[in-house]
Amino acid sequence: MRTVTTPTPATVTTPTPATAATAAPAPVGPVPVTGRIHSWDLSTGVDGPGTRFVLFVSGCPLRCLYCANPDTWHMRDGRRATVDEVMAEIEKYRPFITTAGGGVTVTGGEPLLQPAFTGAVLRRCKEAGLHTALDTSGFLGARATDELLADTDLVLLDIKSFDVATYRKLTGGELTPTLNFATRLARLGKRMWIRYVLVPGWTDDERAVDGLARFVAGLDSVERVDILPFHKLGAPKYEALGIPFPLKGNPVPDAALVERVRAQFRAHGLAAQ
Amino acid sequence: MTATVTAGSTGTEAAHEAGAWRSFAGTTWRERIDVRDFVQANYTPYEGDASFLAGPTDRTTAVWEKVSSLFPEERRKGIYDVDAATPSTITSHAPGYIDRDRELIVGLQTDAPLKRAIMPNGGLRMVENGLKAYGYEPDPFVTKVFGTYRKTHNDGVFDAYTPGMRAARKAGIITGLPDAYGRGRIIGDYRRVALYGTDRLIEGKLADKALLDARPSTEHVIRDREEIAEQIRALGELTRMAASYGCDVTRPAATAHEAVQWLYLGYLAAVKEQNGAAMSLGRTSTFLDVYLQRDLDEQTIDESRAQELIDDFVIKLRIVRFLRTPEYDALFSGDPTWVTESIGGIGSDGRTLVTRTSFRFLQTLYDLGPAPEPNLTVLWSPRLPEGFKKFCAQVSIDTSAVQYESDDLMRPRTGDDTAIACCVSAMAVGRQMQFFGARVNLAKALLYAINGGRDEISGEQVAPPAPALTGDYLDYEELSAAYDRMLDWLAGTYVDALNVIHYMHDKYAYERLEMALHDYPVHRFMACGIAGLSVAADSLSAVKHARVRVIRDDTGLAVDYEVEGGFPAYGNNDDRADQLAVGLVESFMAKVRRHPTYRDAEHTQSVLTITSNVVYGKHTGNTPDGRRAGAPFAPGANPMNGRDRHGVAASALSVAKLPYEQARDGISLTTTITPEGLGHVPADRAGNLVGILDAYTSAGGFHMNVNVLNREVLEDAMEHPEKYPELTIRVSGYAVNFVRLTREQQLDVISRTFHGSL
Repeated sequence: MRTVTTPTPATVTTPTPATAATAAPAPVGPVPVTGRIHSWDLSTGVDGPGTRFVLFVSGCPLRCLYCANPDTWHMRDGRRATVDEVMAEIEKYRPFITTAGGGVTVTGGEPLLQPAFTGAVLRRCKEAGLHTALDTSGFLGARATDELLADTDLVLLDIKSFDVATYRKLTGGELTPTLNFATRLARLGKRMWIRYVLVPGWTDDERAVDGLARFVAGLDSVERVDILPFHKLGAPKYEALGIPFPLKGNPVPDAALVERVRAQFRAHGLAAQ
Repeated sequence: MTATVTAGSTGTEAAHEAGAWRSFAGTTWRERIDVRDFVQANYTPYEGDASFLAGPTDRTTAVWEKVSSLFPEERRKGIYDVDAATPSTITSHAPGYIDRDRELIVGLQTDAPLKRAIMPNGGLRMVENGLKAYGYEPDPFVTKVFGTYRKTHNDGVFDAYTPGMRAARKAGIITGLPDAYGRGRIIGDYRRVALYGTDRLIEGKLADKALLDARPSTEHVIRDREEIAEQIRALGELTRMAASYGCDVTRPAATAHEAVQWLYLGYLAAVKEQNGAAMSLGRTSTFLDVYLQRDLDEQTIDESRAQELIDDFVIKLRIVRFLRTPEYDALFSGDPTWVTESIGGIGSDGRTLVTRTSFRFLQTLYDLGPAPEPNLTVLWSPRLPEGFKKFCAQVSIDTSAVQYESDDLMRPRTGDDTAIACCVSAMAVGRQMQFFGARVNLAKALLYAINGGRDEISGEQVAPPAPALTGDYLDYEELSAAYDRMLDWLAGTYVDALNVIHYMHDKYAYERLEMALHDYPVHRFMACGIAGLSVAADSLSAVKHARVRVIRDDTGLAVDYEVEGGFPAYGNNDDRADQLAVGLVESFMAKVRRHPTYRDAEHTQSVLTITSNVVYGKHTGNTPDGRRAGAPFAPGANPMNGRDRHGVAASALSVAKLPYEQARDGISLTTTITPEGLGHVPADRAGNLVGILDAYTSAGGFHMNVNVLNREVLEDAMEHPEKYPELTIRVSGYAVNFVRLTREQQLDVISRTFHGSL
């Protein structure tokens, strides 16, 4: 779940890359790589270090009950954009985000639902000298090629739960692919920040948290663990889309619970924030 | 151009070498008045972090508590007290104290803390309205003197205003003009009092005057001779006022304690004599650091003592007060005085000008708690030492009381001894001054272009009649041409009005003491300004990129607009809109430059509204960008509220496109970021804010106000002001106590874009 940055949908008054695209020169040569994107934004200290250009791609195979961005679920709702168009937008911010100690984060939705597009964006960012981050649930980790990972400086890996049954109920998907992906990343020495959304009644079980902490502690390339307290800031989007927000009545965690979970990770020698 | 003192003029200099100037290096500053040279020759750059700082002493806390215990009553009554019978001069009032036994730095504007003085030279009506508004009777003797015998600045201006100027002023297309109050924005080089003492300064002024004796007595020379004579008289009054506090400022300060005290007495003399819109302090921290460091080296003080000298100085700066009217406060809310202190920066030799005392000034926000004054302004460069940058960012996050201005943009133009006057106006201290010119309303001017010079609210013909646009839809080319002609008229009327104002201000309310602390001759700027930039740019963008239908009333006056389709808005790093704003800045500056100025002042302009964006909006009808009549403008150069949709970086990059060279009086951006907007993890936030400031200034951004706040806190403060007496926020170039804003201004602040969170 994304906690603070809320992608801004395209509005009539503020064109986003898709509209800017109409002015872009017609591409020549081979058919350009295109993707479906929801929007882009600039945020600080939320999706990786520093101030970053955050690209929200459309489409996600999971349906997390707490999802804050239901407007990114379907690829068909996104706007088609070429890699060139995305890069033209990023280029406008390159000096800023570089100076600000940031970079580019591809998130969504699930970026690995569109691995060719995501990979191409990451590649081009690396060529432009930008720090890159990939924000993923890892559910489709098998689709990430070694080349794609080579172009990724940092993986923000969202592990939704360490309990197989809970994971299935919470996301509609399986836990194993994520754990396999995490292991693969560790083997490659890929820098990781683990993100764990803390939802009372769902992901606060002490034993499950402890199990996850032990697993994560075994991954040498994990730099930190971010505990993200569940929030309901996405609720208005559900209303706008006319779909129910499943966790509408669920409480948000109190400070003591957040601290307890952080302490559990720290007990395994992890830098949990 | 520097004041010179004839060589060998003082036998006392040998005494200074052994006493006040012991162990100081450098020669130029000894030979002539040149504080910058003194600082460069003697300061100790500091590259470390904040760990050396000391907290408040019990003495500091006791003095601060004693004076701050008066604030609730002041807030309730509007003013705490006033001496209505004594027009203020440098020597008009007997000494006053907060706590005579415990104060380290002494001196008040009147004989008691928070008791305000009257300064009728600017205008009698302003004084009388101010008194009546707070339940005081104007003094009959004062009324008689300034109503019968002594003409004021305000009287003079209205004698010379033309009907055209009056109409433009009344309609609010030119507003906030300093024609009834002190113009301010002149920074005396108060450091000179500490470094040289008044004897030496008077000698310098006598030498300047002697050079004029040889020149024919033309009108200009006569005026200059008279002004210098007044400056010398003011220095004499400063000496007497200081003596009444037991301080002999005829000689240089010999210790850090004396240096702070002498400098403050110089500043105090200025605020006893002038109720200027902004009474800025200059760039004093690194100068004072030379003295503090010498005393620390000589082991006559320790860090705790060094900090309490600065703390006590800052207490005094926090209680500078002027009598003003409620209307004035509606324009410039929160009773501001703009005691702006410029901190940090890089020297032209590449060394940082950050010293330990740069940290000590910021530390006062912890020792005494957050407060809007003094207006602490960091001259930012990515090259500043990391420890200082990190500390500034942390102070911003904790207090929202710091503003940042690009040292890299100013240094090549006004040098490395630049200070900010008011909010964003760069001045070489003691060498340059400005004629403050408030601002014109660019959004309203656009409506005048559509309506052939008729006011969209009153229907009156304010600008010279021109053909109104008649189509059902606005045509971009046609509108641009009409707007350009309207701005020609506006620029001419505006500069002309400013010439009248500053002629009269020099004549009837000359800043004798402040100008005594400048070189002769001084470089003058004519500081024009524009408001409503984002509304005007977005309106042009709507006309250019969408379709804008005009709705007219039965007299043919365009009163409303219907926008069909979308358009790019300024503030999203989108050149289609941003370049329209750039074009407006460039074109209005060019138009202003075509008109001659009083005393050949150099034309500049600012993109700054302070809090008057609310009042300007109130007096402006519906605009073609869809903004409703009466709705506030965005402050300064900010994008319109809520139209910047891609976060603080995109918004800042749009503002950074505005060319500083065409807005040398400053370009103001106010940002509000939630704490989470700077990072999930509190420990990351200061570093992330440093990154944003580095990136913004590297992109050519000039000024940034940084507020780190939650919307909920502000909403709670509106409902329960008593819980938030210290809540400080940055508004377009200065800081205010949030709870002292009008309700309208509070709502405006809350409605502004919060970056980083819902």
